[in-house]
Amino acid sequence: MAADTPGHDWLDMDAGPVVRPYTVTGGRVRPATGFDLVAFVVAAPLDRVDAAQLQPEHRAIIEVAQRPVAVAELSARVDLALGVVRVLLGDLLGAGLVVSYEPQPAAALPNYDILQAVVNGLRAL
Amino acid sequence: MDSVRSERPGAGQRIPMALKILIAGGFGVGKTTLVGAVSEIRPLQTEEVLSSAGEDTDDVSGVEAKTTTTVAMDFGRITINEDLQVYLFGTPGQDRFWFLWDELAFGALGAVVLADTRRLADCFPSVDYFETRRTPFVVGVNCFDGKQLHSPASVRNALDLDPDVPVVLCDARDRQSGKDLLIALVEHVAKRRVVAA
Ligand SMILES: Nc1nc2c(ncn2[C@@H]2O[C@H](COP(=O)(O)OP(=O)(O)OP(=O)(O)O)[C@@H](O)[C@H]2O)c(=O)[nH]1
Ligand SMILES: [Mg+2]
Repeated sequence: MAADTPGHDWLDMDAGPVVRPYTVTGGRVRPATGFDLVAFVVAAPLDRVDAAQLQPEHRAIIEVAQRPVAVAELSARVDLALGVVRVLLGDLLGAGLVVSYEPQPAAALPNYDILQAVVNGLRAL
Repeated sequence: MDSVRSERPGAGQRIPMALKILIAGGFGVGKTTLVGAVSEIRPLQTEEVLSSAGEDTDDVSGVEAKTTTTVAMDFGRITINEDLQVYLFGTPGQDRFWFLWDELAFGALGAVVLADTRRLADCFPSVDYFETRRTPFVVGVNCFDGKQLHSPASVRNALDLDPDVPVVLCDARDRQSGKDLLIALVEHVAKRRVVAA
């Protein structure tokens, strides 16, 4: 199998290209850049969206993302694989219908005050 | 990025900071259980789907025949406050999904490695992975048999852990125990920061 087949970026050494679940993306498997698991996406208000122009999956994403939602949670709630959701989010981003906030670099190494807030918050749960 | 328009989606909405914590360990060690015990939402699964490496990979008509493998990543959330959320991700158990681990570990605050003393070796790959990446982690010894067969010290020895890595006895089914594990991790991260500063 050609390793460099265009569009087959989402590969696993053992598993080969991703196929069937990607029919909703028209077979596109390249993950859009960005959309970290914990990036937050927010969609345009529903009443500004011409729903007739969209696939049901796009619409489902817009509905869930009326409030900021992490990409992983979005994927779970619309019940689509992560890679699929990323492709669809790329479409919506291109159409100006969602905005994505990638995680702040500081989240990987938060300052002491933030860590203390997390400890206190966990204790208070 | 393009210029900010006033009707930009999400304008005026508060975006919290999201901290990512991984829950790792061998097959059946209690990863899903732990995520469920501490998450404020019903644990969700986000998945990636891979076609299996079937014999018919080169058969253009074989698309329908291919079976797909679903790699599920358990996922939970804890809201600390309006501006701060912790996301928990259970890692997929099988080694061939390392590429998903890389995505999960990217930007992670740290990890909890669950260990079952009856088969301690199952957590070696997780320990190796986080050591190599210098991702801070704690080891949670999941006491399946209800009694403590091994002391934390003997687990530490067997895993050849750095002396500063916390080893905590736990019960993944118990919310308080799960919280204690997460607190141990965050305090460990904080301590490493102070030492590094
Ligand atoms: N006695 C006991 N049982 C536990 C504990 N933690 C988990 N279990 C049980 O062990 C079984 C496996 O737990 P899971 O949470 O599914 O383990 P996992 O690591 O997610 O498993 P995989 O995703 O298949 O690798 C379940 O039946 C749990 O109820 C524990 O602390 N004590
Ligand atoms: Mg599991």
